Parts: sequence; C-alpha cells; structure tokens
Amino acid sequence: MAYEWHRPLERKWLSFTLFTTLAVIVGGLVLLVPPFFLQGTIEPIDGVRPYSALEQEGRDIYVRESCYVCHSQQVRPFKSETDRYGPFSTAGESVYDRPFQFGSRRTGPDLARVGGKYPDSWHWLHFEDPRNIEPRSNMPGFAFLTTSDLDLSQTSRKLEVLRTLGAPYGDAEIANAREDAESQMQAVAESLRRDGIALTEQNARSEAIALIAYLQGLGRAIQREPMRSAGLAPSELR
Amino acid sequence: MSAVSADSDAGGGAGAVVQYDMGVVRGFALSSLLWGLVGMLVGLLAALQLAWPELNWGPYLHFGRIRPVHTNAVIFGFTLGVVFAGSYYGIQRLCRVRMFSDTLSRINLWGWNAIIVAAAVSLLLGRTTSKEYAELEWPIDIAIAVVWVVYAVNVFGTLARRREKSMYAAIWFWVATVITIAMLHIVNSMALPVSWMKSYSAYAGVFDANIQWWYGHNAVGFLLTTPILGLMYYFLPKQAERPIFSHRLSILHFWSLIFIYIWAGPHHLIYSPLPDWAQTFGTAFSVALIFPSWGGMLNGLLTLRGAWHKVRTDPLLKMFALGLTFYGMSTFEGPMMALKTVNSLSHFTNWTIGHVHSGALGWVALTCFATLYYLIPRLWHTKLYSLALAEAHFWLATLGIVLYVTPMWISGVTQGLMWRAVNEDGSLTYTFIETVAAIRVYDMIRAAGGAVFVAGMLVMLWNVFMTIRQGTAAAPEPSPALTPAVAGGR
Repeated sequence: MAYEWHRPLERKWLSFTLFTTLAVIVGGLVLLVPPFFLQGTIEPIDGVRPYSALEQEGRDIYVRESCYVCHSQQVRPFKSETDRYGPFSTAGESVYDRPFQFGSRRTGPDLARVGGKYPDSWHWLHFEDPRNIEPRSNMPGFAFLTTSDLDLSQTSRKLEVLRTLGAPYGDAEIANAREDAESQMQAVAESLRRDGIALTEQNARSEAIALIAYLQGLGRAIQREPMRSAGLAPSELR
Repeated sequence: MSAVSADSDAGGGAGAVVQYDMGVVRGFALSSLLWGLVGMLVGLLAALQLAWPELNWGPYLHFGRIRPVHTNAVIFGFTLGVVFAGSYYGIQRLCRVRMFSDTLSRINLWGWNAIIVAAAVSLLLGRTTSKEYAELEWPIDIAIAVVWVVYAVNVFGTLARRREKSMYAAIWFWVATVITIAMLHIVNSMALPVSWMKSYSAYAGVFDANIQWWYGHNAVGFLLTTPILGLMYYFLPKQAERPIFSHRLSILHFWSLIFIYIWAGPHHLIYSPLPDWAQTFGTAFSVALIFPSWGGMLNGLLTLRGAWHKVRTDPLLKMFALGLTFYGMSTFEGPMMALKTVNSLSHFTNWTIGHVHSGALGWVALTCFATLYYLIPRLWHTKLYSLALAEAHFWLATLGIVLYVTPMWISGVTQGLMWRAVNEDGSLTYTFIETVAAIRVYDMIRAAGGAVFVAGMLVMLWNVFMTIRQGTAAAPEPSPALTPAVAGGR
C-alpha cells in the first residue's frame, strides 16, 4: 500500500495534531512576519498625522455604525479609480488606523479621499436623510447621530491607549483632549451655521459633528485642503 | 434507504457497551436551528434594506449593525452549532468512547450559546471591532477562546482514550479546525482595551488588514470548509451506506488543503497597499487550492458511485450531492476571482457576495441541513416525520440559491464594468449613483431568493418539530450494539 506511511499518524493523535499544527503555521509565518520588518510600509508619509481628538471620536462612530460594510477606504491604482476618487492609497497613509477600514464592498463610494470633497453642511444634510441629497441613494438615514450627545469622557484615555500602541501624541494633547475636541466641535458647528443649517445646542454637541470632522480629514495628507463652508444655501447643495 | 431509522445511543463493540452522550448533540442541533432561523431572517432584512432603504430603523436596526449580526448568527450560531453537534456525535462513535468529560460538553454547549447571545446584543448596540467575522469586542473574544479550549480539551481527551485504533478522516478535519481556529482567533483578536466594550487593534493599517484577511480567509477555510468536510466524511458514507471512495485521496487532499489554505488570505487585498509579493502569494496559492478542494469534492461524489439510484429518492443524499457540487463550483470560482485581472473587476462588487453565498448556502448550509436531517430522528429515537417535506426543503433551498447567486453575478459584473467605463475622451461614463441605481433590481431578486431559502428553513423547522414530538430523548435499552461504522471502515 502506497500510503502505509500515513498509518502510524492515524493511530497517534498527538503526532497527528503536531503535524497539523506545523502544516497550518508555515503560511502564516511567511505572510505575517516579514511585513513588520519592511520599513517602507511602516513609516508614515509626509503630512500623515495622528487623528485629532474629535476626529478619533468620529472615527470610533464610523466604526460603531460599521460604515465599512458599504464604504471602502482603499483607492486602487487604476485610472478609473483615481479619476473618480483621487490618488491611489498607500501603506504610509493608514499607519494610525486602528482598526484599518479598507472595506470589502462598495455599496456606496470609496471614502479614502472624501475629506474636503463636500462642505460640512452637505454631510449634515446627507446624514439627516441621504435622499435629501440624492433620491436614488440606498444609504440608511443617520438622523439619530445629529441629536445624540457625543461622549467625550473617554477621549483622553483613548488617545493614551493609542499612544501606547505607537501614535505620537504629546502629553498636552492627551491632557487637553476634551478641550481640543470641544473647540473643534465649535468650529464645525460654526461652519454648518454659516451654510444656513439651523443647529440647536443639542445638534451642536452631537455625534454627527465628530463624524463630519473625521470624514473631512480623510485623505487630506495627499489631497486638497478640506472645503469647510460652501457659502451656499442648503437648497443649492442638492 | 434514508435517514429514518431509529438508533441506539450505545456502542462500543468487542463486548463492551458504551453509553454515548447524546445530550450535548441534541442541544447543539436545536440551538443551531434557532440561530439558523434568526441569522437567515436577519440576512433577509439586510437584503431588503439594500433595495428599500426605508427599511432601516434608527440606531439599532440599520444595515451597518444588521449585517454583522447576520454573519455572526449564521457562521457561529448555525454552522458551528451543526459542527459541534456533528463532531460530538461522530467523534464518540468513531472512537467508541463517550466524550472525555460531560462537564466540558455542557460548558461548551451553554458557553457557546451565551456567546452568540452576547454577540447579537453587543453588535446591535454598536460594540464592534469592525473586523469582518471577528467583530466581537475583547471580553467576548476571551470567552470564545476559553470555550474553544474547552472543546479542544474535550476532543483531544476523547481521542486519547479512544478504543478504535485508527482515526478516520472526519476526525482529521475536525482536529485541523480545533487547532487552526484557536491560532487565527487569538492572533487576530489582539487589542488594547480602552474600556469594558471598546478596544483598539494591536495592529495598524496595512498590517491590520494583512492579519485580518489571514484570519478572514482562513475562517472560511477552517469554519466553513474543513469542519463541513468532516461532516461530509462522516455522514455522507453513513447515509449512502457506502465506504468513502478513497482513503488515499483523503490523505492527499487533507494535508494539501490545510497547508495551502493558509497562504491564500492576501487575495482579499489585491491592488491594496499590501506588498506586492504577498498579494502574489495570495493569488498563486488560491489557484493551487483548486486541486485539494476538488479532491474533497470528488472523494465525496465518487462515494455515491453505485448509489445514485438512492440519490433519486433520498433528499439527504440530494443535499450532500448538490452541496459537494456547489463546493466544487465555488472553489473554482474563488481562485478565478483571485487572479489580478478578474479581481480588478470583481472586487468591491456583489460578485463577492454571490461567491460567498454559493459556498455558504450551497455547500455549507445544504451539508448542515443533511447532517441535521440525519441526526434529529436518531437523537430522538424515531423516524423523520416527513421525507416529502425534506424533499420540498431541498427544492426550495436550490431555487433560493439560484435566485440569490445569479443576480449577484449579474449585478457584480454590471457594476464592475460601469465603474471602469470611460467615454471616448477618457472621462468616466457613469457617476457612482448611476451604478447603484443600475443594480437595484438585482438586489430585489436576490432578496426574493433569500426569502425562498428562508421558506425552506421554515419547512425544515416544522419537520423537525413534528419529528421531535413523535420521538423521545430517552434511549431505548442499550444492546451490545455493533457499531463498526461504515464510515469508520477503510
């Protein structure tokens, strides 16, 4: 019998298990270990910085609502993609992304370079009801984000954990995380009001503000400065 | 002729009588049916939401939160439930001993189901790591690791005390599952907690992606392939009353499958910022994966040689046979999608979702259904209430799969082509929203396919309910039964 050699293995559960472990471990070692030593993929490229306190909070909301199930953040190196979304994604851009948000399905468009593509007010109206902006959109409405209080009680702690993992936050940034976030919130709220969005006090401290701050920062290191205010009436934004 | 004979819970042979623990098998059989229904209904809701966005409700029931509930419920609640049930049933008989520890079996059963409840609740509350098929936050991840170790100790303890010299192929596939899932889960779940239900990944950016898709791809390999092959290796020969076609082929395709599978993860990251050499490994090993995959398919289908007349009348064998056919089909389709040229078109489109479901509904669910139809009458010591209803389930499932997968192929290719279409002057032909509008009708057909598949599930639940009602969990008097399983032979 050509396969007699296998018989002892079938009779010894421990040897069988060890060989199985060996068989499944090799590929993982080859694929997972070397990238850690490849400098080119580790160093942040020029202009890439850790997220601001408010952007990180916005990012956590993006993760919480699982936006990645419909939006990728990974522009592929094809002309059709760079024409539509902007420069293709590079490894150095996502060094502060925990977790990564490449996504796997574009039910909606890629967001890697959405920062600055639309004014803040566009995002606000779009969250309230995407069909405000585009009647054919199948995105869920996220109106609840425009009224839910943004929780800043953990922000310092979050930045501290991210620093432990390698993000170069200074002591002051961590200590003042809450204040920084609040002042950035005011800036976003002001730009919304400038565009004619009637924000209540509740709206102005809502989670949507943080999410807008996050989205407006996406891809900024490589692309244009963000468009903060359109100087247009909401009706003209549609 | 079919899955309808009563069975004793005893075995052993050689004079000794062993009382097998069928309680844990009954528990997992029932919990898998419950999670199967929940997971499929939630999947149907998700499909409907894509076609009719007004079906998204508030913070808890929008597509973003619903979709991970669907995947977790069907993978970890339904499929793994059947795997636990089938492996606890098969391992005891193939080893001719009771499971190593009844206590561990109970911890496995209740612990695992508590985890699925925690998963469903926490995901609806937005507690997610956003890693696909590994979304659960760190306390649940720790619980998963503990329960998995309990299962591992129980399995290896049983193997160590077995009274059958050789371990049959089904056991190999379950052993590979136990080992590999532990490795994948622990490495991919590494994170630093911020608070009770929030953590940040230990890895960042492209490394995180690399490790996540090593996990994600091999979760398909070692949750939706190897343990299901284990079910196929045990229950198909039993039901067909034929020994497995080739022991040699089992050896060959087992070792090559588990070795090659691990390398193919980067095919999820083609044209991403992942280093090119890693992407190339992903493509090359994906193509190589056709051979061991088809080895498994052929070993199963050829086991039916001389038994095809049974397939005509036996819905269980129909499910096994069509399941293997879908396995062969999707393990051909997958490698094709891992080719850079094809991937540039298929990636990010519905084609991927269609591919996953031809495997998940076609291969995994059909094999799990057949396993449950085999188990339920034996676990409750009766005959299946209705073979005709099982036959109806088979046809509903088949129709549902076709209605699901076909529009996904069409819409995937359509949208992929529209994204890249350019005018004569080189400018893009379509806006993104035009590509969304173009596939809406296919999303509707796909939801209809899902509804038909769920209808089949409801037929099954009725059949199971009536079977259990006419049966009893208490075993008939044990006899020094002769178990040398058909499957346990060479």
